[in-house]
Amino acid sequence: MAMTIHVDIVSAEKEIWSGPATMVFAPGEMGELGIAPRHTPLLTRLKPGEVRVQDQHGDQESFFISGGILEIQPHVVTVLADTAIRAEDLDEAAALKARQEAEEAMADRNADMDFAKAKAELAEAAAMVETIKKVRGRK
Amino acid sequence: MAGAKEIRSKIKSIKNTQKITKAMEMVAASKMRKAQDRMTATRPYAEKMRNVICHLAHAHAEIKHPFMIEREVKRVGYIVITSDRGLCGGLNVNLFKKTIGDMLGHHKNGVEIDVVAIGRKAVDYFKRQNANMVAQTSNLGDTPHIEELIGTVKVMLDAFADGNIDALYLVNNEFVNTMTQTPNISKLLPVAGPEDAQLKHHWDYIYEPDSKVILDSLLMRFVESQVYQGVVENIACEMSARMIAMKSATDNAGDIIGSLETMYNKARQAAITQEISEIVAGAAAV
Repeated sequence: MAMTIHVDIVSAEKEIWSGPATMVFAPGEMGELGIAPRHTPLLTRLKPGEVRVQDQHGDQESFFISGGILEIQPHVVTVLADTAIRAEDLDEAAALKARQEAEEAMADRNADMDFAKAKAELAEAAAMVETIKKVRGRK
Repeated sequence: MAGAKEIRSKIKSIKNTQKITKAMEMVAASKMRKAQDRMTATRPYAEKMRNVICHLAHAHAEIKHPFMIEREVKRVGYIVITSDRGLCGGLNVNLFKKTIGDMLGHHKNGVEIDVVAIGRKAVDYFKRQNANMVAQTSNLGDTPHIEELIGTVKVMLDAFADGNIDALYLVNNEFVNTMTQTPNISKLLPVAGPEDAQLKHHWDYIYEPDSKVILDSLLMRFVESQVYQGVVENIACEMSARMIAMKSATDNAGDIIGSLETMYNKARQAAITQEISEIVAGAAAV
């Protein structure tokens, strides 16, 4: 029986694939990697691309990943796949958006406050009108 | 005694309410099952990632990433996860109670607090409390995706990296079982290193491109996945809490209908008795 290496492909949202393989191919950041059993321990980031897994019968399965991290130990390969397309400026934009939304929410609160203040003033004015009417009626 | 007609219309309206709560209960039950599946599906990623971080810390005891270093706490961050919608019993209220209790503890020590709100209930609550809310996300729906959370989490990660906050906590409901959900506060940053730093077999990875960059993205994804897991777990909690709340609402409606029906029968009986006695009295007079 051919020597195998255990492969786990997981993403934050679900487990994608798990099982033994004779060979794994992955798009490393510094170049394409071919991983056979008893590979030396290695840790690298992955580029968006295809991860191919070859099982004992020579069948190949391939998965598209949009980046992630690859860990290799002599008998285990772990692919921590990203589900989202990541880039520094994209992340930055998302962070900015979340921040802005919070600011807007807080600004809304002020708007509410203004509304409450206006309502209170209106009630006061209405009460004043009421009193004046009563006073006039008495006369 | 109230008129029979009024009681009848009241019974009808409560029956309609009962139909709605019953439907909501069943919807929540089916959504809960899906949410639980998603919850279990997210576990392997976090486990594998924790393994890799452990290996890394073992292999490289001398490297200390800023995210792993404990420092004096002057300002803390909270990521508070709640549901978007209400009608789920005391789920969110209990969570807020626990959060405020924890925050007060920090407040007494003169520690300032930043809040990130996830879920509309949290956004509304902290808006009312006039908390220092630095970022928010809401309307994630029943199937949240991690990319919707990246920005919100990054705000806190950046704050930690820049030294604006010295600790980061995650607050969400923990799914114990269908009947029980407990609010839970867990520490995200600094990441606790492995406790037993035993150096039995000292080996190291080959790093491509280098260890710092990899650890950086690894820890960032780790925190993100923890938050994502929190969101998914909170949805499962929301659905089961709603299911329970709607079930008891349906039961209560049934009780009220029962007592109203008794009242209706009594009123009807009284009216008939009165009519008969009037006829008898009339006949006797003749």
